[in-house]
Amino acid sequence: MGEIKDADSVGEVGNPVCGDLMYIYIKVKEENGKEIIDDISFQTFGCAAAIATSSMVTELAKGKPLDEALEITRGDVADSLDGLPPIKLHCSNLAADGLHDAIKKYREKNK
Amino acid sequence: MNDSKYVYLDNAATTPMDPRVIEEINKHFKENYGNSMSLHSVGQKAAQILVKSRETIASLINAERDEIFFTSSGTEADNIAIFGVTAKNKNRGNHIITSAIEHHAVGHPSEELEKKGFEVSVLPVDKGGLINISELEDSITKKTILISIMFANNEIGTIQPIKEIGEIAKKHDIIFHTDAVQAFGKIPIDVKKMNIDLLSASAHKLYGPKGVGMLYIKNKGVRKGWGKFIEPIMYGGGHEREMRPSTVNVPGIAGFARAAELAKEEMQSEMERHTKLRDRIIKWVTENIEDSYLNGHPTKRLPNNVNLGFKFIEGESIVLDLDMEGIATSTGSACSSKSLEPSHVLLAIGLKPEEAHGSLRVTLGRFTTEEDVDYLLRKLPPVIDRLRKMSPLKKGVKYMFADSSNEHHH
Repeated sequence: MGEIKDADSVGEVGNPVCGDLMYIYIKVKEENGKEIIDDISFQTFGCAAAIATSSMVTELAKGKPLDEALEITRGDVADSLDGLPPIKLHCSNLAADGLHDAIKKYREKNK
Repeated sequence: MNDSKYVYLDNAATTPMDPRVIEEINKHFKENYGNSMSLHSVGQKAAQILVKSRETIASLINAERDEIFFTSSGTEADNIAIFGVTAKNKNRGNHIITSAIEHHAVGHPSEELEKKGFEVSVLPVDKGGLINISELEDSITKKTILISIMFANNEIGTIQPIKEIGEIAKKHDIIFHTDAVQAFGKIPIDVKKMNIDLLSASAHKLYGPKGVGMLYIKNKGVRKGWGKFIEPIMYGGGHEREMRPSTVNVPGIAGFARAAELAKEEMQSEMERHTKLRDRIIKWVTENIEDSYLNGHPTKRLPNNVNLGFKFIEGESIVLDLDMEGIATSTGSACSSKSLEPSHVLLAIGLKPEEAHGSLRVTLGRFTTEEDVDYLLRKLPPVIDRLRKMSPLKKGVKYMFADSSNEHHH
């Protein structure tokens, strides 16, 4: 939890007007020719579900190669939390999108 | 402080029952099982308890005994008032006036009326949550038959100028209904002096049982020049003088009466005690927690209502974190509602949606102690601090709070 000051990329998703905003910070390293998420952290403005999904996505993605991390879906995050109430599924479960955004931005930067 | 302590500070949502009320209800459950409509002595005993309860409750608002009509809830009382008056008087007019901060029990019936061809004027409120009296008068037309404005708001506790509203309604010969669910038994109400024609109240906000409410109907619904001005919304037996059929909940009503009696006895001292605790919380938090502020009116508010805003964080998280510390509160954040819209009340007093998300309502009750407030003030700052550390908004230059975020960069 918290900001990574020298992050390689920051994913951003949501909007505070609807009550959720997330930043996902990643640090990437190369290992055996693969780019791996070495460190990952979040900052979240949102309800308990939003905080829980942010925290879960950092746990799921840590140590994973970028390609694998891109395959983490909203469903994976919700399942890892043993499900979310239906009302929370669309608004709070933004964490996977935040992670994908961070990876996308990282790749654009390092083309 | 005991770790297993649970501090209940959500008394605007509902209250725990007073043990004296429970005792009263239990007595009636055991002894008075009769149907108040039955001719035999068990039934008649129940009927007598009803009469006595009506009398006790009427005395709390300076009403007459037979002007009290029992219902199953405050919501039901609001529905009878709104649909009962408009259905009965649709030939007289099709316009009603209400406010932007009504409880849904008034707001949603008004929206239903609109679908059925009624015109509804929704008065805005100022920053403190007050309607403007001249705006009220200006919105009256020849077709206006009903004004429904709440006595005190459930979220921000703002107390409306009810006497002035009553005078205007009287001057223009319009029926005046007030949802007094939050105010009843907490602050003085005089239906005669305030020219109130209809008033809704509920037992469970007053240390009484859930499932019991009442509608005060002036002069039992008869008005000079109007004849009968209200009709029932349900039909069945003749209970509650044809206004609200269904076998009467005598034990619950006896509990409601006991609750009203206790509220009357303790009103003055409780108002003073709550006001002190309320103002202590407001002062301490706004002085000691950065970027916090009071929502609603500083003085024209219920003695037991505190509504605070915390920038950069979200109310549901505050409520759940406080719950883990053993403190019950509530929020107007969208995340706590099924609609995903932040509170219409907080938006009506001019808060931005992202500000409304960061609201925390603390409502005191009869069983709230000075120590409970100490406990809240000790547990709240670390909760706010933790959530702010987690929040990306403090540096969110592009979204909001531009003035306080200049020192940060992204």
